[in-house]
Amino acid sequence: MITEFIQFSLTPILIGILAGISCAIPGNFLILKSQALIGDAISHVVLPGIVVAFIFTGVISTIPMLLGAAGAAIVAVLLIEIIKRLGKIEPGAAMGVVFTGMFAFGVLILEQTDTSKVHLDVEHALMGNLESLIWLKAEGWESLFDRDALSTLPDELFRITLVCGLILFLTLIFWRWLKIVTFDEEYAKTIGIRSSLISFSLVIITAIAAVAAFESVGSIIVIAMFICPPAAARLMTNKLSTQVIWSIFFATLSAIFGYIIAGYGPHWFGGENAVSAAGMIAVFSGIILMLTCLYGPYRESVGQKKV
Amino acid sequence: MNTFVQAMLFQAGYNVALVTIGAILLGVAAGSAGTFLFLRKRALVSDAIAHATLPGVGIAFIIMTWLGGDGRSILGLLCGSAITALVGLIIIEWIPRRTRLPEDAAIGSVLGVFFGAGIVLLTVIQTMSSGRQAGLESFLLGSTAGMLFEDAVVIAIGGFLSILGIWIARRPLTIVAFDKDYAISMGYDIRKIDLLMMGLVLGVTVIGMKLVGLILIVAMLIIPAVTARFWSNRTDEVVIIAGFLGGLSGYMGAILSASAPSLPTGPIIVLIAILLFIVSLFLAPNRGVFSIFMQYRKTKSNIHRRQGLLTIAKGKDVVSPFTKKLLLNEGLQGLDGLTSKGKELITKIHIDENRWIAAKEIYPDKDMSKNYGIKFIEEILTMDELTNLDQYIKSQKFKSRSYDY
Repeated sequence: MITEFIQFSLTPILIGILAGISCAIPGNFLILKSQALIGDAISHVVLPGIVVAFIFTGVISTIPMLLGAAGAAIVAVLLIEIIKRLGKIEPGAAMGVVFTGMFAFGVLILEQTDTSKVHLDVEHALMGNLESLIWLKAEGWESLFDRDALSTLPDELFRITLVCGLILFLTLIFWRWLKIVTFDEEYAKTIGIRSSLISFSLVIITAIAAVAAFESVGSIIVIAMFICPPAAARLMTNKLSTQVIWSIFFATLSAIFGYIIAGYGPHWFGGENAVSAAGMIAVFSGIILMLTCLYGPYRESVGQKKV
Repeated sequence: MNTFVQAMLFQAGYNVALVTIGAILLGVAAGSAGTFLFLRKRALVSDAIAHATLPGVGIAFIIMTWLGGDGRSILGLLCGSAITALVGLIIIEWIPRRTRLPEDAAIGSVLGVFFGAGIVLLTVIQTMSSGRQAGLESFLLGSTAGMLFEDAVVIAIGGFLSILGIWIARRPLTIVAFDKDYAISMGYDIRKIDLLMMGLVLGVTVIGMKLVGLILIVAMLIIPAVTARFWSNRTDEVVIIAGFLGGLSGYMGAILSASAPSLPTGPIIVLIAILLFIVSLFLAPNRGVFSIFMQYRKTKSNIHRRQGLLTIAKGKDVVSPFTKKLLLNEGLQGLDGLTSKGKELITKIHIDENRWIAAKEIYPDKDMSKNYGIKFIEEILTMDELTNLDQYIKSQKFKSRSYDY
C-alpha cells in the first residue's frame, strides 16, 4: 500500500504542490495590483509557443518547448503593453486581443503541420499529465535514500523544484521592494525604487512559473493556482506576509486533496477510472475560495455592511 | 481558387453556404454584443463565460446519455452549457459585490475552476462506454468539418436571435455603455442592464462554441469591438461598425476555410479579425498610430514655425536646427532674411498674437489655452466671435501689444 502510494502518488502530489506554490506566490502580488488575469493570458499563449518551438526544432523535446513557451509569454506581455499604449486601449481588452490572436495563430499552424504527435500535446498542454509522472523504482520510504531509485525520479520534479526555489528566493530577496511597489507605486517612485522594473520582473516571474507549471500540470491548474489560493488568502488576513503564507497553504491543500480525490474518489463511488487530477486540483482550489468568500474573517471590503 | 469564388457566392454546396451564413450572423452578433462589454471595460468577462460552458457540455452529455438519448444532441449540449455559464456569471457578479476581491480575481477564479471541472467531466465521459466518440473536445477548438446540418441551423437561428435581441435592447445598452451615471439619472437599473448585456454575450458564446470553439469565441467578442473603437467616437456607430467587422471576419473566414480544407474555420476567422485590428491600429483616422504621429509632427512644426518667425521678427537669431531647417524648407526664410512669404506670415502671426491676448479678456471662460501657439485663433472661434473680437481690438479698451522693434 505504502509502496504503491510512493510509486504512483508521491511524485505527482509533490509536483502538484510545488507547481501550485510557484503560481500562488506571484499571484498574491498580481491580485493586489489588479493584474490577476495576466496569468490567464500567459497560459493561453503557451500553446503557440510550443507549436512554434516544434516547427523550428522538428522534435518533441522538453527544453525547446519550454523556451518556446517562455518566449511566447514574453512576446505576449510586450504586445499587450504596446497595444495598450499605442491604441490607448484598456488593459483587459488589450490582453483579450493578444492572447486570443496568438492562440488562434497557434491552432492554425498546428493544423498546417504534420502533427499526429503534437496533437496529443495540445490536450497535454491544457490538461497536463500529472498522473503519468510516476516513480516506478521506488520500493518504500527507504528509496528516498537510494541513489539508484532517486535517479529515476521524473525530470519534471527537478525542474519545478528549481523554479519554485527560485521564486521563493527572489520573493524573499525583493520582499521589501515588492511590498512597496504593490501597495503604493507613487511612493515607491519617490523613494527611488524603479517600480516599472519591479512590475515587469513580476510579470516575467509569472511567465516562468506558468511555463514551468504547465509542463507538468497543464494550463488549467496554472490559471486556477495564480488566482484562487491568493484570492482566498486575501480574505483571511490584512497582512501581506501572512497572506502569502496562507496562499502557499491553500495551494498545498488543493494539490493534495485534489490529487487524492481525482485518483481514489471514483473508486469510492464504484467507478473504475481516475479522473483528471489537474482539473480536480483546480476544482478544489475553487471550493477553498468559495468557503473563504462565505466565511473568511476579512471577506468584507472596508465600510461594507455586514451581511 | 475556383472553390473560393464559389464559396464566396454561396455556391459551394448547401452545407458550406449554411456554415457561411452562420459565421456571418455569429460574427455580427458577437461583434455588436462584445462592443457593450468592451465599453463597460469588462471585455474579459467573456473569457470566463466561455470557459464556464465546458462543465455544462459535460453534464448535459452525461444526463442525456443516462436518459437513454443521444448525448450529442446539439440543443441539449447548448442548454447545459448555457446553464453553467450562467452560474459562472452569477458568481462573477456576486464575488466583488459581497467580498473585497476585485472583479478580475472573480473572473480568473471562475475561469480556472469551471474549466477544471469541465476537464474532470470530460475524463469521466471518456471512460463511459458511449463517451469514446463523443467528440466533445471539438467544443474546445470548434470544428466545421464534422458539422451536421442541425448544428448549422442552430448556429444560424441563434445568431439571428442574438442580433434581434441586441436590436431590441440597443437603447438602454447604449446609454449605460456611454455614460453610467447619466443612465442612473434616467432611472435605468444598471445591474439589470448589465445582466442583460451579459446574457446576450452568453447567448453568443454558447452558439459560437461549436463553430469556433470556446476559447476563440472570446476573440470574436473582443477584437471587432476594439477595432471599431478606432473608427468612431459614437457608441451607436461603434456597435454597428463592430457588427460589420465581425460579420466580415466570419464571412471571409468561412469561405477561406471552405476553399482550403487545411485552414480551420475558427482560427481563420480570428486571424482575419486580428488583421483588421492591426490595419485599424495603424491606419484609422484620428485614433490610429499613423494619424497620431502625423498630428504630432504637424503640431511640432506649427510651434517651431511660429516661434521661429517671432524670434526673427524680434531681430534675434534662431538657434534650433529643426526650426532653421523648417523655415528654409517652407520658403519662409531665404539666405538674406525673411522671404516675402515669410513676411506675410509674420504679419498674420502678429495679428493672431494680439487676438489671443484680446480673447483672454473677452472670453475668459472659454478653455482655449491648449491651442495657444499652435493654431490660429480663427480656426477655433466662430465667425461671429471673431468679428466681435476684432471690433474689441479696434476699440479704445484694448491695449494692443506693438510689434515695432
